[in-house]
Amino acid sequence: MSANIVKISPGFEEIMPEDYRNLVKDGPYGRGLDVDKLGTFKELIEEHPLCAGCGLALSLRLILASLPNPEDTVIVGTTGCNSLSFSQVAIHNIHSLFGNQNAVATGLKRALKIRFPQKAKDVVVIGGDGGIGDIGLGMVMHSWFRREKITTIMLDNESYSNTGGQESGMSCEGAVLNMAPTGKKFPKISLPEIARDAGCVYSATITPASPKRLGKVVKQAILIARELGPTYVQIYCPCPTNYKFKPQESLKRAKEKEKDGSYPIKEYLSPPAKEFVEGLEVVNKPR
Amino acid sequence: MQKVDYPVLAGPEGYLSPSAASMGVVLPDEGEALVEGRIVPEEEAMEKIAEKLLSAKNPFFFPGPLILWAWNEKAVEKAKAVKEMTEVVPAKIIPMPDYRPKYPTINPREEINPNHPNLTIWHNKIDVCVFIGVHCHYANLALKIVRGGTNCYTIALCGEYGHEDAMITLRDVHTEKVRQLTEVIKRAKAERKGRR
Repeated sequence: MSANIVKISPGFEEIMPEDYRNLVKDGPYGRGLDVDKLGTFKELIEEHPLCAGCGLALSLRLILASLPNPEDTVIVGTTGCNSLSFSQVAIHNIHSLFGNQNAVATGLKRALKIRFPQKAKDVVVIGGDGGIGDIGLGMVMHSWFRREKITTIMLDNESYSNTGGQESGMSCEGAVLNMAPTGKKFPKISLPEIARDAGCVYSATITPASPKRLGKVVKQAILIARELGPTYVQIYCPCPTNYKFKPQESLKRAKEKEKDGSYPIKEYLSPPAKEFVEGLEVVNKPR
Repeated sequence: MQKVDYPVLAGPEGYLSPSAASMGVVLPDEGEALVEGRIVPEEEAMEKIAEKLLSAKNPFFFPGPLILWAWNEKAVEKAKAVKEMTEVVPAKIIPMPDYRPKYPTINPREEINPNHPNLTIWHNKIDVCVFIGVHCHYANLALKIVRGGTNCYTIALCGEYGHEDAMITLRDVHTEKVRQLTEVIKRAKAERKGRR
């Protein structure tokens, strides 16, 4: 896909459902929009089957609004709550077998590089804590070891939520879930640090309670991956269904965890990534 | 001529109807087409398509993303030719803009979705339909569901090798062939008029 081809064939404009006409007219393709413009354009996801108050749903909206080039982006997903919403996203996405997402993304990125050598095609992995931190961790880490230029975004709801609430490696020690009634017996995996040591040139944690920062982190991660190497973003996505709080309290919970440090917000940039970001800031500085 | 073991006829075939391919129906070679599971010369299939469309009570075209989106010049040309064909029949159009499942459901008055094409066919009481510009895997899925759950007669105009689960399918349908079929329909229409 490319911004100049997100248009309807002549003669079929009136036949297309209004939703699609609006996507062409008011969608984000080719417009370089950002999260602060949410509400002023037709979003890439507007319907999804996720629970009320789902932190993934909000994070996904923010991610999609932050993509530097939605028309030239392919998302690779995998099994998990978040995958239920991907079929609703109005950009290319591939659903891979549970845990295979970074291997699929690797092949895809390399193929796109050969097929479109002059074009920036962003391959972004978006998965849950189960797909990225547990089941697919081997393939995730090997894509980092190989320095593949892909961005991996984990939507971390700290449990296997759509299978009834089992603990995951990303659940905190002591977390009590439907299928972990006596509490988790070991600490949360420190994946941002593992990412850094495994070769990611950028890794960050964030929550949707800071939408502007989330947008900036996602955009940065994608642009750095395009030029330098693998990047990793971990987003805390509160799950009211399995952690038993009211749907309207999701953001409050994210804010609290940011504040009290129980979900530490960190950012690591390798020296080349730091230099690259400083260059970006100079270019984007308002005059 | 190939012996017909499994006639591919309008349904409803019932829940979990077998795919025509699994029942031994094979795809046609160049210059050939499939009519109700039989391999026939392409010209014969075109005549049959014209007859089906012109005798239908409520014919519909279902253009897919490959022609609805102006992703290259060829797509635009083909879309133009398809539009012209719908005007010649005349047939109505309901688009299949993409394959995303819609929650809670699609609006069957204005779009068709390969995951439940029967809803659109039932709602609009469509007796003959034409799929064109739909990627193979979703055309296969939709055609099988239509045959399983509705009595709609399906025609698949395929840019690749054709579809066994359609009652009639042409292969290698590019702009030129769309125009050729339009001419066949025009001629058949004039003949029908002359007979009245």
